[in-house]
Amino acid sequence: MSEPFIRHTGKCVVLPRAHVDTDQIIPKQFLKRIERTGFGPALFHDWRFRSDGSANPEFELNRPEASGATILIAGANFGCGSSREHAVWALAEYGFRAIVAPSFADIFYANCCQNGVAPVRLSGDDSDELARRCRAGRGAYRLTIDLEAQRVTDDAGGGFSAAFTMEPYRREMLLRGLDEIGRTLLEEPRIAEFEQGREAGFGMREA
Amino acid sequence: MTPRTLFDKVWDAHVVHRFPEGPALLYVDLHLVHEVTSPQAFEGLRRAGRRVRRPERTVATVDHNVPTGDRSLPPDDPIAAKQLDALAGNARAFGIDLFDLSSPQQGIVHVIGPELGLTQPGMVVVCGDSHTSTHGAFGAFALGIGTSEVEHVLATQCLVLSKPRTMEARFTGQRAPGVTAKDLILALIGRIGAAGATGHVIEYTGEAIVSLSMEERMTVCNMSIEAGARAGMIAPDETTYAYLAGRPRAPADAAWARAVLAWRRLPSDAGAAYDTQVSFDAGAVEPQVTWGTSPAMVTAISGRVPSPADFASEDERQAVARALAYMALTPGTPLEGLPIDRVFLGSCTNARIEDLRAAARVARGRRVAAGVRALVVPGSQQVKAQAEREGLDRVFRAAGFEWRNAGCSMCLGMNADVLGRGERCASTSNRNFEGRQGAGGRTHLMSPAMAAAAAVAGRLVDVRAWEVRDL
Repeated sequence: MSEPFIRHTGKCVVLPRAHVDTDQIIPKQFLKRIERTGFGPALFHDWRFRSDGSANPEFELNRPEASGATILIAGANFGCGSSREHAVWALAEYGFRAIVAPSFADIFYANCCQNGVAPVRLSGDDSDELARRCRAGRGAYRLTIDLEAQRVTDDAGGGFSAAFTMEPYRREMLLRGLDEIGRTLLEEPRIAEFEQGREAGFGMREA
Repeated sequence: MTPRTLFDKVWDAHVVHRFPEGPALLYVDLHLVHEVTSPQAFEGLRRAGRRVRRPERTVATVDHNVPTGDRSLPPDDPIAAKQLDALAGNARAFGIDLFDLSSPQQGIVHVIGPELGLTQPGMVVVCGDSHTSTHGAFGAFALGIGTSEVEHVLATQCLVLSKPRTMEARFTGQRAPGVTAKDLILALIGRIGAAGATGHVIEYTGEAIVSLSMEERMTVCNMSIEAGARAGMIAPDETTYAYLAGRPRAPADAAWARAVLAWRRLPSDAGAAYDTQVSFDAGAVEPQVTWGTSPAMVTAISGRVPSPADFASEDERQAVARALAYMALTPGTPLEGLPIDRVFLGSCTNARIEDLRAAARVARGRRVAAGVRALVVPGSQQVKAQAEREGLDRVFRAAGFEWRNAGCSMCLGMNADVLGRGERCASTSNRNFEGRQGAGGRTHLMSPAMAAAAAVAGRLVDVRAWEVRDL
């Protein structure tokens, strides 16, 4: 269950790299926590911090104009690799409500939807144009992501507007902050019926 | 009736319900659980007052953060110990079988599932780990999921999923000597890219796949995720049934006969349509070595480090330039001869008994090069015991390799087995991402025989030129 995502307006930051994997988003040494919280400070750890622990001023998120950004404009195949949902927990805790990219890895995409973070697929051209405008805005560029209308528009009156699509089930989950488990449990009679109807003896033997 | 693929058949047999908005409620036969991606899921159940719906279809082990050294000592990392304790407590509280550090069956979750006969053809298998695709080698639909979905499966024994598309990856011809399953899959990933199969389930077909052993098939399916696939699958056949027969959790007696009859109906029908197809000449594949920071950044051992200018898109050129800077490599450098500091023989990709035998054949009677530290981490305690019965541990130790207990170890470096900054490693694992094996570490992925030869030579070499020895 998560906070509903209907419409969000916020500041953007561009991370212009393709194939950013979840090992980069949250490195393995931070996966030992047994809570869903506490991952934000380690987001992009090995890029954000130098080996002496100081902030790396070159890294996009550390630049002054990135401060307070809530929308990440990312490259293709964002979130590839490990299934670790910790990556989305870290992004959300850091303050991101939406990620805009030309494509996402499947597991990461699903994990976003489970946590009220909107994964927005735009075409490569639209993503590039957004990145260009965001950089030109030097920290002042703001976007509105309207999940109901499935549209991304900018605030600057600069006229950027692009449609995106999300499969209806995922969209509904995000719009309503649905508890997916509660919803599935409404289908309990169907699950029980399915189990009874299965061929006896097929599958696992009891230990 | 429309001809169906293997995947279509497994999918159709598990649809409990179709939601009006599109996705299916899919029944899960086997849910594998490990210590890193499950604690938050169990906590969610507890908070909502929910139970585990089918504990007997849920099996847990510890693998990601476990120490691989002396098991009689307590883990020296208190945070990791807390995670192990949490899984033990959750398994007790929710009635789930757990193969813990004291169990002779403990091991990497994707090694023990098949080994125990838990993984079977036609099943839907899930686990909070992307390399769950391994189990597709049995003709199961096996996929990695996030922790929220782990909680969902624990509570409902189902997963909500839109039907993925299908891709056939056909490997024609036969492998040349010295070329392994690892080389086939690396070559495929290199061809189609790290997102080449996103949204798809890959079915691997063709004579070069049919002739693979079960362990080799697992290596192929294991790395499906590195091409972005939801899953990888191989049709079950006599090789599959011979592997499964007599395993502790496989069906037995009359149930076995019934199961095999059902499994024989699983292979794709003649004329079944795939959404995408790619064909590959297995005979042309050479031993592969990665040079970059994605498994798709790969070439033959006879090849050279490419230049960013060799790539078509600006995205790729930037990614390659970044990768070369991270890997400290210059375009045009031959891969053969590149000096290494560390060798890792292990992981859910390549730490089964056949992998250890292949490496031992190379290591036998030779010595790890001066200055190189080489680690052998069996995929499970059962693999370790088997290797010790065959004397492989003595071969490795005599050659100067460290012989460890089972776990994920340096594949992801959650325990103490990590690369130092700037160290270069020949690794049999599955990911060469920046920092994957340790912050600043540089990973080259390859087959077990190639990694063993690299350990002896102290540099990357073409194992095909080496004499391999009987064990």
